Amino acid sequence: MPLEALNDFVVKFANVNGSGSASANGMFAKAILRMGVPVAARNIFPSNIQGLPTWFEVRITEAGHLGRRGGVDLMVAMNPQTWDRDIAEIEPGGYLFYDSTKPLPLSKFREDITVLGVPLTAMCNAAYQLPRERQLFKNIIYVGALAALLDIEIGVIETLLSEQFAGKERLIKANVAALHMGRDYVAEHLNPLRLRVQRADKVGDRIYVEGNAAAALGAVYGGATVCAWYPITPSTSLAEAFTGYCEDLRIEPGTDKARYAIVQAEDEIASIGIVIGAGWNGARAFTATSGPGISLMTEFIGLSYFAEIPAVIFDVQRGGPSTGMPTRTQQADLLAAAYSGHGDSKHPLLLPADPGECFEMGSLAFDLADRLQTTIFVMLDLDIGMNEWLTRPFEWDDSRQLDRGKVMTYEDLEAGRDFGRYLEVDGDGIPYRTYPGTHPTKGGYFTRGTSRNPYARYSEEGSVYVGNMERLLRKFDTARGLVPAPIRRDAKRATRDGVIFFGSSTPAVHEALDDLEHRGLHLDALRVRAYPFPDEVFAFVAAHERIFVIEQNRDGQLRTLLINEGDIDPSRLTAVLHYDGTPITARFISRAVEALMTDRRQVPEAAE
Amino acid sequence: MTYITKPQLHHPKLAENALGYTRRDYEGSVSTLCAGCGHDSISAAIIQACYELDLPPHRIAKLSGIGCSSKTPDYFLGNSHGFNTVHGRMPSVLTGANLANRDLIYLGVSGDGDSASIGLGQFAHSIRRGVNMLYIVENNGVYGLTKGQFSATSDKGSKSKKGVVNHDAGIDLVSLALQMGATFVARSFSGDKAQLVPLIKAALSHRGAAFIDCVSPCVQFNNHPGSTKSYDYVREHNEAVNRMDLIPHRDAITVDYAPGETVPVTQHDGSVLQLHKLAAHYDPSDRIGALAYLQSRQALGEIVTGLLFLDPEARDLHENLDTVSAPLNTLTERELTPGSAALARLNASLR
Repeated sequence: MPLEALNDFVVKFANVNGSGSASANGMFAKAILRMGVPVAARNIFPSNIQGLPTWFEVRITEAGHLGRRGGVDLMVAMNPQTWDRDIAEIEPGGYLFYDSTKPLPLSKFREDITVLGVPLTAMCNAAYQLPRERQLFKNIIYVGALAALLDIEIGVIETLLSEQFAGKERLIKANVAALHMGRDYVAEHLNPLRLRVQRADKVGDRIYVEGNAAAALGAVYGGATVCAWYPITPSTSLAEAFTGYCEDLRIEPGTDKARYAIVQAEDEIASIGIVIGAGWNGARAFTATSGPGISLMTEFIGLSYFAEIPAVIFDVQRGGPSTGMPTRTQQADLLAAAYSGHGDSKHPLLLPADPGECFEMGSLAFDLADRLQTTIFVMLDLDIGMNEWLTRPFEWDDSRQLDRGKVMTYEDLEAGRDFGRYLEVDGDGIPYRTYPGTHPTKGGYFTRGTSRNPYARYSEEGSVYVGNMERLLRKFDTARGLVPAPIRRDAKRATRDGVIFFGSSTPAVHEALDDLEHRGLHLDALRVRAYPFPDEVFAFVAAHERIFVIEQNRDGQLRTLLINEGDIDPSRLTAVLHYDGTPITARFISRAVEALMTDRRQVPEAAE
Repeated sequence: MTYITKPQLHHPKLAENALGYTRRDYEGSVSTLCAGCGHDSISAAIIQACYELDLPPHRIAKLSGIGCSSKTPDYFLGNSHGFNTVHGRMPSVLTGANLANRDLIYLGVSGDGDSASIGLGQFAHSIRRGVNMLYIVENNGVYGLTKGQFSATSDKGSKSKKGVVNHDAGIDLVSLALQMGATFVARSFSGDKAQLVPLIKAALSHRGAAFIDCVSPCVQFNNHPGSTKSYDYVREHNEAVNRMDLIPHRDAITVDYAPGETVPVTQHDGSVLQLHKLAAHYDPSDRIGALAYLQSRQALGEIVTGLLFLDPEARDLHENLDTVSAPLNTLTERELTPGSAALARLNASLR
């Protein structure tokens, strides 16, 4: 039986990179959103500009499950290179849409799926002369055909086309004609599918945006004025979005001059050096990078810990190492970021779960960096960073002040306040600082990593070193109370089982928890949002007998961090790991957790 | 050692500059370098230059990397903020500091190990960006703190104290700075204060990337026969192309040299360089000519010193980025945070 579904299915486009498919596919997803039906769309792309395979997966989900489900109901197979594995991925009873210009032997298909052929190449060759037009319009033609097959309102796509090509009437007309060509072919030759989209009211006022853009906007609202960066996938679009937002929002009226400075540095080391120089001198500064960049920045990150200089790093995580899997997602920089540096050092991490939190944490990071005088990491990943996600609208309280932390002013120094750059004053481990150039005779100091006393004078005394290191630990404890608290979701029934997770796994975990609950498996859940872990995290661990820690890396890095920081018995935390470079799916999580839970259950039964 | 505090008592008759500061107000902690180190002479020249320029000491930010030279910012300008950063990375930290507050004067102090080896990339890039700074390399051709290894500026064929001959080509930072677009390039010698102080003054008054390569003999590890960075060798092979005085814009211009031999050059801040020519045909406004001249004299084993190149119309990084005139670190939420109304418009564009 062919699959039947209304507003709840997965379409996957298999394309060739550089063929112009991305904008057509994006339009397909957005049209469904405009019909009031939530979508979760993900690009799965190669490290390549032209020629290698690329996929775009659109999950249509009236129920609002924004994680990946797993499996494909309709494959739009536009890439002969990946044909076999694309066909194999279709769910039993699913559908295959393909370009039927060139006849294919029966052996290339499957018997348990419905095949829909549209002679796209032949239609393009008949309608267009230029090779580039033949290529680009082919994409729009298949969008038109899919609209007819899935019941997507053609008027909505026409509106999107006129928005995209606003002011270019000729282009709008040509694209609409191609769209109709696809629609009309289906109307004449094929029947609509049992997979259907129907207008709903489930999107609300949510916005559709990439995490990198959201984080960049957070940096604008967080008062960042200096950005230094080096291009690296998947973080590049964060720095580029910051540039774009600054050009719109940060120009001084009257002079048209920039209230920001952005430097594309020669490498990641220079990027973080510029950030640290700016932070030392009282400007809010950040860089955006990925794992290999963190490795290169390590010496400076350590210096910022010891010299207590505010800095913000957006780490958009990907598969390592340098050549690695640069266009695949992972959550595999947690340990590298948390313990970056040489000597004893550790750094707060913020763990956003969606673009909405990328914005919030993107601005909060600058307050925390100034307050704590240290490097703050915002840990995105490729899935959140480079895919558009449906997320609640950005909000800003106009009465909010930037927290510049403990800074002594000219007036403070004049009034005779005792200034020691590394002096414990308030019991929270955070010393006062002065900006360079504040006062002619007071408040100046020479910045070093260590080898100095609380008044920043040279000292190699062991007891002075230890005293400083103890204060830094108190400061880290202060951070524990300032970072975002975890979010708890309790099961419908009391249970001794729990899951802990973070970041982009969040929507898939929630969907899996619903699914497990349907099958009688109840788990409390805790989403960790920051390191150092607030007390609630360890209270949650203490309150549950077995805990599954779900994350997207091989070594269970969050689990390691929990064990290490909370002195937890490792046997109490079971790792559930997904790290093939694709975003984790709800099906994977529920199957893995179910297997682990039922396996354990069987042990005592067998003993009886 | 530096934990010994210098006595604060001043001689009552110490001369004051226009701001009422004495030379002592520009000093720092006691140097921990070896007696006779060329670096200490450079520190003294920096103190003299800042005093003579009437610079408020706290309006100078001094940054360094790692090495003997990078320790020296502790030994001058004790009321200024200083930053002893990481090895070879002073240029990026200075660049960031400069972006945060364009109103301070930035003095980057580095050595030949710090700038010509580990930091060669950052040296080159900070200069090609036109960061408004004085970048001074205290060049002794040797790793002093780790006891005597060759540095990348050691001349090919020169001998280490242990008698090892250097087979690698030396890097000439002056030529590199010229190629990278530095708008003020000079070379001097730590033992020639009369030449060095005016050069530092002119470089501090320059708006743009100013670079001074200052040959500074290492008395412990590179002051022996066979070295090309020893006091004796440099004195014998020093070929100064010009001598210079810097006249701040507020002073009347006085000409000390005979007409025809002296070229006045006005900088952005109105200061005038009175350039007294020693090498008849040397033209410090000709970048390509400077490069050719340097190479030809270097081939003869001579060390060309003086003001080698100057572009008085230089642009700096802030001009290239078109930043506001107020220092970025003084902007408040009013200037930086676009507010909820702008956010509502952005939200609407994302649906």
